[in-house]
Amino acid sequence: MELTVDGDGLDEVRRRLVLATAAAGGIGAVATAVPFLASMAPSERARSAGAPITVDVAQLAPGAQMTVEWRGKPVWILRRTPQMIEAMGSAGHLAQLADPQSRVDQQPGYAANALRSVRPEVSILVALCTHLGCIPTFRPEVAPADLGPDWHGGYYCPCHGSRFDLAGRVFRNVPAPTNLIVPPHRYLDGSRVEIGADGTKT
Amino acid sequence: MAGAANYQKYKSDGSRLGDLTEWVDARFPLTSTWRAHLSEYYAPKNFNFWYYFGSLAFLVLVLQLVTGIFLTMHYKPDASLNSAGVPVAFAAVEYIMRDVPWGWLIRYLHSTGASAFFIAVYLHMFRALLYGSYRKPRELIWIFGVFIYLCLMAEAFAGYLLPWGQMSYWGAQVIINLFSAIPLIGPELTVWIRGDYVVGDATLNRMFSFHVVAIPLVLIGIVAVHVAALHEVGSNNPDGIEIKKKKDERGIPLDGIPFHPYYTVKDIFGVMVFLIFFSIIVFFAPELGGYFLEFNNFIPADPLVTPQHIAPVWYFTPFYSILRANTVNFFWVDAKLWGVIFMGLGVMAFFFLPWLDRSPVKSIRYRGPLYKGALAIFVVAFLILGYLGMLPPTPGRTIVAQVCTVLYFLFFLLMPIYSRLDRCTPEPERVRWK
Repeated sequence: MELTVDGDGLDEVRRRLVLATAAAGGIGAVATAVPFLASMAPSERARSAGAPITVDVAQLAPGAQMTVEWRGKPVWILRRTPQMIEAMGSAGHLAQLADPQSRVDQQPGYAANALRSVRPEVSILVALCTHLGCIPTFRPEVAPADLGPDWHGGYYCPCHGSRFDLAGRVFRNVPAPTNLIVPPHRYLDGSRVEIGADGTKT
Repeated sequence: MAGAANYQKYKSDGSRLGDLTEWVDARFPLTSTWRAHLSEYYAPKNFNFWYYFGSLAFLVLVLQLVTGIFLTMHYKPDASLNSAGVPVAFAAVEYIMRDVPWGWLIRYLHSTGASAFFIAVYLHMFRALLYGSYRKPRELIWIFGVFIYLCLMAEAFAGYLLPWGQMSYWGAQVIINLFSAIPLIGPELTVWIRGDYVVGDATLNRMFSFHVVAIPLVLIGIVAVHVAALHEVGSNNPDGIEIKKKKDERGIPLDGIPFHPYYTVKDIFGVMVFLIFFSIIVFFAPELGGYFLEFNNFIPADPLVTPQHIAPVWYFTPFYSILRANTVNFFWVDAKLWGVIFMGLGVMAFFFLPWLDRSPVKSIRYRGPLYKGALAIFVVAFLILGYLGMLPPTPGRTIVAQVCTVLYFLFFLLMPIYSRLDRCTPEPERVRWK
């Protein structure tokens, strides 16, 4: 092999070989990082956990709410009263909401309606604030002292003050950017609802 | 290292100790290191009160390493429930407190040490703001120092999850969810950080790994380069002038004194005073009214119940306030992402300080009213943000936090202007004793 040496005594061929070796070594080092970084992703055990759950909502009294656990997350099931539904439809109430029509994809298609539910009287929501994941408090009372006269009942996040109505719709000018998540769910019969599965592939 | 080798420079005086030193010096740079960094490292003779906190921060680092090693002997990073229905990690901390001999003391030293570390570091950083210690030629010392501060925050965050109480759990939930604000990759990134879809056992185990191995290793490394850079250029002083400009015929700064014994003795005095206050807290008020150990953290982590009020420990609250102060969507970016951006910028701003400051003098002693006023406003804004970060948000408090956030950033943004316009007085030729 012919070696070329330029005026400064620099061996161009060796310089190129050193660069090629360093590049190959660098690629190897980056590739080696992949298994380490990938090992931090959820394990197969974590992935396989979280099967759908079935809940009987028949015993839930009007105005009452129950919390169930699905995939380690709390899920609220609320039976809304006619007064609650009526208050949520008023123009004054809708004007305070950031996304009253549920345009942002935070729910399955069958819940992208005015009350964000399959049945108007039953609301099913993942109970984690869309700001930073705190659990908002259930505040069904109307116009309490701390939440002001315009409060028609809803959820108030104690961490950073985000507000949602009883359909999980976020108010304007609060830290949370989007409505609460409606999980995939379906009714198996008149009273039992399956959360985590809706017949479609998820 | 030019010149004679160690074994030629350091000769035994004939005593046994001298012979031993000579033997070591022929094999390891013992005497030369001792001289370069202690007995012949010349520091300005006019150090004052503010110069205690570097050595105190180092003392607390050692304290945290030692107490941490002993806590690790008894702690278990396990989120599963034991036979009594309590998370194993939470029960392990209670076990250390109640059953391990002297465990309560070791844990309270560690938990109080965390707050003491931040007190020392905040005062150490304030000293740099007072006397321009970040200015040329000390930019790298300062940048390494900000990295130490970042490491410390990561270390404190990871460590706070380990007791697996309600505040541990929900604090981690909130902070990890900050990353979900990043467009496109945010949600997947948070899953990767947690190792699960919610904060859980996988999260606890990795935070334990970060807290006891990864971050301490990095921290010790950065502390080493911080001190190495300091000893390369020499310490600044309350007058902000270079003592190396005036040297005697042997090349020793006229206003310099050897670090050992002069400042080792001074620092030992500082250590004694510090340990008095530290011991008072450890023995009589280790929770410090909920500021050092939050009351909600004495309740085991419950993924289904958020505490009524989530607040980080006091040393994070100024940045937490900045996060919460962002409540308006603008420029197509929602308030949540703005909060994360401004919180990040609030910490990152410190990196740019050496280049933002255009003052002809370094020390506050010779600066004019503009910098003094700006620094005072900055400190007050920082303290108010810290106070508000501990309280639940109300509309009124949010407005105050927004005003203080603006003032916080104006300190940095306007610094190139006001530091240049300021009416400074001339620096002295030699350091003063005041």
